[in-house]
Amino acid sequence: MTKLPPLFTSGNEAIAEGAIAAGASFYAGYPITPSSEIAETAARRLPETGGMYVQMEDELSSMAAIVGASVSGARAFTATSGPGFSLMQENLGMAVMGEIPCVVVNVQRSGPSTGMATKPAQGDVMQARWGTHGDHGIITLAPSSVQDCYDFTIRAFSLADRFRTPVILLADAAVAKLKENVRFRPPEPEEAAQRPLPDCPPEEYRPFAVDPEEKVITPLPPFGSDYIFRITGSMHDETGGQGASPANADRVIRHLAGKIEKNRDAIVRVRRFFLDDAEWAVIAFGCSARSARAAVREARRQGIPAGLLELTTLWPFPDDEVRDVLSRVRGAAVPELNLGQAAGEVRRLNDFGIPVRGISRVDGTLIPPGDILSAIKEARS
Amino acid sequence: MTARNYREYLAENRLPTIWCPGCGNGIVLKAVAGAFADLGLDRRKTAAVSGIGCWGWADDYLAVNAFHGTHGRALAFATGIKLANPELTVVVLMGDGDGATIGGNHLIHAARRNVDLTAVVVNNYNYGMTGGQYSGTTPRGSITSTSPLGHVEDPFDLCALAAAAGASFVARGSVCGGENLRDLIRRGLEHRGFSFVEAASVCPTHFGRKNGRRTPAEAFRWLRDHSVSRERAAGLSEEELRGKQILGFFADRQSEDYGTRYRKAAEHFRGEGESS
Ligand code: SF4
Repeated sequence: MTKLPPLFTSGNEAIAEGAIAAGASFYAGYPITPSSEIAETAARRLPETGGMYVQMEDELSSMAAIVGASVSGARAFTATSGPGFSLMQENLGMAVMGEIPCVVVNVQRSGPSTGMATKPAQGDVMQARWGTHGDHGIITLAPSSVQDCYDFTIRAFSLADRFRTPVILLADAAVAKLKENVRFRPPEPEEAAQRPLPDCPPEEYRPFAVDPEEKVITPLPPFGSDYIFRITGSMHDETGGQGASPANADRVIRHLAGKIEKNRDAIVRVRRFFLDDAEWAVIAFGCSARSARAAVREARRQGIPAGLLELTTLWPFPDDEVRDVLSRVRGAAVPELNLGQAAGEVRRLNDFGIPVRGISRVDGTLIPPGDILSAIKEARS
Repeated sequence: MTARNYREYLAENRLPTIWCPGCGNGIVLKAVAGAFADLGLDRRKTAAVSGIGCWGWADDYLAVNAFHGTHGRALAFATGIKLANPELTVVVLMGDGDGATIGGNHLIHAARRNVDLTAVVVNNYNYGMTGGQYSGTTPRGSITSTSPLGHVEDPFDLCALAAAAGASFVARGSVCGGENLRDLIRRGLEHRGFSFVEAASVCPTHFGRKNGRRTPAEAFRWLRDHSVSRERAAGLSEEELRGKQILGFFADRQSEDYGTRYRKAAEHFRGEGESS
């Protein structure tokens, strides 16, 4: 009997439930704190729904196995934390180059290296963007609640299939271990939609055909269908054959970046709190967005016109949304559990000469709302 | 299934191969295509998964679904491909550096996990593609571009390794006996569970040349002279066997594969097993 999932649950369990709701049928992973409940939930729940769990020998092979399962048509995912995410970068690149959809959950913990296994951090923002070598685009979503963990996981699968790309769900130990009430909604029809099959005859199919406008993403049929094709992590022409000519290599790399960049409108999402008349903006994501929301609410109570821009998409970075906020306020603060990885991106967009203050914390504890409130007050004085 | 012509499984429009004249890879490629043909495999339901290295290009010349992955990880990609679609026949094409050195951990766990895959490892005793450096199977004393003094490490015996790790079908053939290799690969493909076929091969360009075997013919002759069948090996002393490859079977037993075991356990868990 399939039991109804509890409504009061953790971020980790909500991620696994979201994956199953999205139709995921394959998980490969390697246990690591603080993400292990995702594996445990997947191991318990996938066989109930006809899916499969396999525990691999390491994160290199876990990432490879989900890429393989995806090529066979499965919605496939894995979950890890910093040390494992480092090992996954190799085959994350394979998914990028082979244009193979999959979802990778990174429950961030304190690093570098083994760091502090149980302590939250947000230090993998740049690793999510640039951890695998070479130029490419990537999609990264950042949940700040248990409900987000569920909803964003569903969305991650949908974006992965739509853009034939790995999608990273960049959670953190605070949100993943948090327990809250969650509504386990069914996915929207477009979120549940199966990958389309090509509509050309098999002999005409080109797995790596590119629309220069990046409006149409070439469908990826599963191995075993009427379409026989080659997937490769090497530089390739449209057929998947060798294609190392300068003109072709240039075309492929620009496509890997362009298919994400040119579809920002469909990918980038933010949340705005009290921003309409704000003079002071907080820009935050994940667990730090929770602190920021409390800080902004308290500021408003004290008569300070502060607002929050929560970045629920981290990559592609919400350039337009951030620039718009910076153009309308007198100063901004970026609280995050790292030494300024998102703050640097915000400063890149600061064409307005306003002060952008980073609020960094790397001691394994969360940023108290009071610290953010103090920063706003200091900026005003 | 009815037997077919091996050429149906070759992407002849991509030939000639990139391999050096006299390389053993072409013989193994023909043996793989021949094994596919003997079984009359449906090309749509067949996948070749390859790693990186000279032999890693083999999938490019096969007219089946192909996945050319990262160095050493072919078995892990293949694990996902096979488990998510059990209808596929999945052959995994790796070299000794790729499949047994950087990929050694995946090899032993694939053997133990027993996913229904057929690994065909071409062992040319060095890293050919990067210029002939020593690998995990380079014999002690050999000269390679990174062992100019003579190699001081002992090599893996890949078949002994795979068998010890639990592979239920393990065999070694040689590029000096192409038809025999074809037969071993066919049996590996027929075997349900993880099967491991090593093709002892030659790299005349690097390993052969650096070790006094100036022509491909000399490299092949050396390989032939350093190979003995299992039957003959049984009568030889340890001294006589030193530096020799033993050809034949190292394991051949039935053991239910991962996918079947998992699916049965899941049915039982859902209450759909024999008891219901
Ligand atoms: S370098 Fe060696 S293994 Fe590679 S193609 Fe040439 S002969 Fe064959």
